Amino acid sequence: MMQDSVSEARDLLVVKDLRVWFPLRRSITDLIYRRPRLFVKAVDGVTFSVKEGEIFALAGESGCGKTTLGKTIIGLHKPTSGSILYRPSSKLSNLPEGMGAGANDGFVNIVALPDAVLRSLRKEIQMVWQDPYGSLNPRRTILELLMEPLEIHQIGQTFSERYELVSKILEIVKLTPPEEFINRYPHMLSGGQRQRVVIARALITQPRLVIADEPVSMLDVSIRAEILQLLLSLKARFNLTYIFITHDLALARYISNRIAIMYLGKIVELGRVHDVLSEPLHPYTRALIEAIPEPDPKRRLVLREIPIKGEVPSPINVPSGCRFHPRCPYAFELCKSEEPPMLEVSPEHYVACWLYAKR
Amino acid sequence: MSLLEVRDLKTYFFTQRGVVRAVDGVNLSLNEREALGVAGESGSGKSTLAFSIIRLVPPPGKIVGGKILFQGRDILELDEETFRREIRWKNISMIFQGAMNSLNPMYTIGDQLAEIFIIHKNYDKKEALEEAKKLLEVVGIDPNRVRSYPHELSGGMKQRVMIAMALALRPKVLIADEPTTALDVVVQAQIMNLLKRIKLEYGTSVILITHDLSLIAEIADRVAIMYAGKVVEQGLSEQVYENPAHPYTKALLGSIPRLHGELKELTFIPGAPPDLSNPPSGCRFHPRCPYAFELCKSEEPPIVEIEGGHFVSCWLYAKR
Repeated sequence: MMQDSVSEARDLLVVKDLRVWFPLRRSITDLIYRRPRLFVKAVDGVTFSVKEGEIFALAGESGCGKTTLGKTIIGLHKPTSGSILYRPSSKLSNLPEGMGAGANDGFVNIVALPDAVLRSLRKEIQMVWQDPYGSLNPRRTILELLMEPLEIHQIGQTFSERYELVSKILEIVKLTPPEEFINRYPHMLSGGQRQRVVIARALITQPRLVIADEPVSMLDVSIRAEILQLLLSLKARFNLTYIFITHDLALARYISNRIAIMYLGKIVELGRVHDVLSEPLHPYTRALIEAIPEPDPKRRLVLREIPIKGEVPSPINVPSGCRFHPRCPYAFELCKSEEPPMLEVSPEHYVACWLYAKR
Repeated sequence: MSLLEVRDLKTYFFTQRGVVRAVDGVNLSLNEREALGVAGESGSGKSTLAFSIIRLVPPPGKIVGGKILFQGRDILELDEETFRREIRWKNISMIFQGAMNSLNPMYTIGDQLAEIFIIHKNYDKKEALEEAKKLLEVVGIDPNRVRSYPHELSGGMKQRVMIAMALALRPKVLIADEPTTALDVVVQAQIMNLLKRIKLEYGTSVILITHDLSLIAEIADRVAIMYAGKVVEQGLSEQVYENPAHPYTKALLGSIPRLHGELKELTFIPGAPPDLSNPPSGCRFHPRCPYAFELCKSEEPPIVEIEGGHFVSCWLYAKR
């Protein structure tokens, strides 16, 4: 479905060695015994870039840090260290001296921006949330829900101008006729319709980068494809770039150009989606792919060989060396002591695993 | 004769907003040593079906019609005490949805497992704990974990404990209602392996209830597809997966993204599942069906056998 024409495009977003740690509360005994503060290392040294016009999938199991990463990119979490470079459009002219497009090769570092500037940047980076039941205020009408971003970003001058924008976006996400939906409350809509409102709310500020966090996982199977198609057609229509956060590798195969597999706060493998899924390199990626059931009864009752043992360890006490080594069937001494570097094994296919390092 | 047979079962919920017909005339059968997959979207009545079979439908729900025959005996006729002593857990047990949160946080898992033997088999505490240890071993947990509390176990282990509980009295039928939701794929595969082993080694019949047709394909010999409180298609797994007949089944299978093979456009079903307090007339799928014609709107379709053991409830296949 997707072609590789974007591989020539320039970077829109560059994330460099990003860390997002959440401190744990210390109890009184911890303070008395002067125990060190512990951290949940949700994102722990992530580096990747997203090209203009591509769909970049961030995949992994729950707790791997993919949602935290998405939230950090739109500025909802302050990173512990690292940088997030974003190339703003020329429209964004109110950036302060030294932070605008002129400096730094056209990029701004989102991490270093003051809050006021960050807010204007949010117009360009929007998020589509996972839960259409939880992310819409039940006491607001669709009109009120969609007006809010317009008011915050001062888009449109008068009420009628904004009303016009709201009905236009409702038409775009195919909630037609808009008059029928505009005065309804979220509970009067089905799950699929609600998710369209969530998408409309993200797109009404005309963003360039959309972070979609599991946008279909809460929906019934039969309507997922419809929402996906909508997301794809909107991308083409408005030249959007997507970061698509998902736990579903098969879904990523259908919609994304490139994919990064995350494990316990780190990217373990990154490459074109076809390469990663048909020739997985990292033992973790292989295990994930082996574990995914297929709607085909031929393999019925054959026990699946899951090569990895145990479950994901806590992100508080991350294992030393390669964080996957306690579960890895191929782990050797080096894996226990040193963290593997990101290696380019074949063109644009990266893996963080000592098995592929020349020593 | 089949081990379990559901005939024209009707379970309604009597809410203030009206009567919700969650299960409305379902026919199913389960043979010995067989795995049956029941697939459906949220609100299709699949969980209510499970609760009906084990007679635990929560109020305001009520079984209002039909029969459930277990080894030829109608278990809906039994009084609660006989059902509790002879059927529930001993012959038909269930792994509940969100089972991980069904464990009592105040007791060790050993105590919770032992309770079954103490109540049903009059074991003393010591014997019962020994049995609990054996059970844990069966589901792949270190027997020394009998002293652990639920919060000390991971999600996958808690689910294994729930499976151990369901297996304790060696039931003939094990109902698994979404046994892997909220678990990660790797753990999900391990739990499915466990269910497969139970079926093969103990000869337990399994009813797997889930919205995920991929999971059903992992274990089921036969599949029933539910929509809006009714079974719309039923047959051997090979028949249903390779040769789906009902437009709903076809669209459902076409909507699943696949990891292997060619990339086909994913299909979707327009609209949303109906409100079961006011279901559409005629065939309940007709408002979303691309092939619907006049008859579909007015009359309910009959059940048609299109090949040996492959049943579909759709006017497209009925001879008129």
